[in-house]
Amino acid sequence: MQPIIQVEQLIKQFNGVKAVKGVSFEVGEGTCLGLLGPNGAGKTTTVEMMEGIKRPDNGSILYRGEKLGKEFQRQAGIMFQTTALQDFISVREALDLFSSFYPQSGDLQQIIEDCSLAAFLHQDTSKLSGGQRQRLLLAIALVNKPDVLFLDEPTTGLDPQARHNFWQLIHKIKQQNKTIVLTTHYMEEAYELCDRIIIMDHGEIIAQGTPKALLAEHFNDIVIQIPNSSALESLLGSTPDHAGLDITRHQQGVDICTSDINLTVQQLLAANVSLNGMQIRERNLDDLFLELTGKALRQ
Amino acid sequence: MRWRRFKSVLGARDREFVRDRSALAWNIAFPLLIIIGFAYAFTGNQLEHYKVGIIGPSEESLVAFFDIKYLKLIEIKGPDLAKEIEISINKVQRHQLDMLINTQLKQYWVNDSSPSGVMLEKVLSGSGGVDYQKQSVKNEQVRYVDWLIPGVLGMNMMFSALFGVGYVIVRYRKNGVLKRLQATPLSALEFLSAQIVSRLWLIMAITIIVYIGCQLLIGFAMYGNYLNLLLVYTLGAFAMISMGLIVAARVRSEEMAGGLLNMLSWPMMFLSGVWFSLEGLHPWVQKLALIFPLTHITEAARVIMIDGAGLIDIWPNLMALIAMSIIFLLMGVTLFRWE
Repeated sequence: MQPIIQVEQLIKQFNGVKAVKGVSFEVGEGTCLGLLGPNGAGKTTTVEMMEGIKRPDNGSILYRGEKLGKEFQRQAGIMFQTTALQDFISVREALDLFSSFYPQSGDLQQIIEDCSLAAFLHQDTSKLSGGQRQRLLLAIALVNKPDVLFLDEPTTGLDPQARHNFWQLIHKIKQQNKTIVLTTHYMEEAYELCDRIIIMDHGEIIAQGTPKALLAEHFNDIVIQIPNSSALESLLGSTPDHAGLDITRHQQGVDICTSDINLTVQQLLAANVSLNGMQIRERNLDDLFLELTGKALRQ
Repeated sequence: MRWRRFKSVLGARDREFVRDRSALAWNIAFPLLIIIGFAYAFTGNQLEHYKVGIIGPSEESLVAFFDIKYLKLIEIKGPDLAKEIEISINKVQRHQLDMLINTQLKQYWVNDSSPSGVMLEKVLSGSGGVDYQKQSVKNEQVRYVDWLIPGVLGMNMMFSALFGVGYVIVRYRKNGVLKRLQATPLSALEFLSAQIVSRLWLIMAITIIVYIGCQLLIGFAMYGNYLNLLLVYTLGAFAMISMGLIVAARVRSEEMAGGLLNMLSWPMMFLSGVWFSLEGLHPWVQKLALIFPLTHITEAARVIMIDGAGLIDIWPNLMALIAMSIIFLLMGVTLFRWE
């Protein structure tokens, strides 16, 4: 697929500390690219350089083969991680204001409908709920009929209903063949929305590909989840190496990662561990993320 | 520069200001309260003091007159004595002096409409000055409040311009409004022009409301041309808005902006001749005051309103305000950063 954005050897440092250390990737036209990484991984800095907000110290970003310029500014829709609007401005006025900045503008009525804003048009933007506010900011990012949309952690802080509602909106936008660059902390979100993902840590790309390909590349096992029981406790206590099983403990029980499900189940039955409540799941992006970036808490 | 974008930002900023009822009310109430407060504080007899200007040496025949307890004698002298005498006569006309005496020519000047002047005239004739020739002058009295209002209007403009532009832009930068605007085709010039124009017309509208309010409530002198006064205040507001832009150009913290704006506004408030005349202050301080736009606004507005001065009389002030506007504006626009 033809790349709409090409990022080459991007470097950015703040006060001598390198936040982004020479990342290179491409974004295919009409695809959704997810940038994932722990806090401080450099994903927001990377996206802000792609948006033209921050200037890279080194490297290049090409939009349709050209350096970022006026044309890119006209064709990009941006939703920042945190955005404030002027005080005492209504939803309708905010949309009209941003729409007036562009020579071309989308069908505002359609955007209002798509983003479910009709009921709040005359409401002060400072009085919107978290979900309503994010929908407004998305609507603002859409007022110029953008070809490429940047969404920086758009669902952070939203309740599950609002988040799922937001995902539906993004699906609608994807159907219009728009290119989306999304940063998120939610692996479920990335899996739901992204065609390709890039995982960054310490300013570098540590993995990239489609979610399925990455999971297949890094895992060849599945996870058996066993709820807590006395037999399970005795199995864990009696053998220091947990009978050779790859076990992760948590509040409700244990996760056992195994590539041979029959053998593991036999081992558990032999140790008299009840399989009541047992669940088997495939590896997911959460596992991949923790595998690649570690489980230690980041400062 | 795109007119449509400029107009949109201008409208948004205007709406923000007008809808912020508390700020709007304060912008109008603050100068009214100050003027009314000072008008009452400085009326009445508590500051009564007979001020007599003396030209020439003290004469023995007038010893009894000069010994009067509540008489404040002000010696009129200088390299250009004729000019000083002319200024002093003007002060008698405006009731800034109650009487002027020339002991060499045995002449005195009083304003017939001044009760203090008429009383001093009687005292003089009974205290050895019977042979002194009266030189009458007449004019409306210049009260303290008449003297105060031109400066207070300017001071209110100063606060509104500096904090209304400087502080607001820094707040926009801190909470991310500027960052969002930066991501659109809106240029810095379009954004800043809209901020300037919005604040300028709001300041002028409020100043006119306060002017009319003060005139209705307490009344004050206005002998000059209204268009000249409008020109002075418009240029002055523009110069101070531009000054606010320099503070707003890069600062990210509201606390820092507040400190810088206070650092600019407080010296201006006290050293621009708003509350008291700069006459008698150290010459160095008088020179320093000339770097403040408020000094030029106050001086020019005061001579227009009290003396009916024309454009020729105030052109140095106008030139200073134009020069300051250009310098501040260039600095503000050049230094401006969205983030």
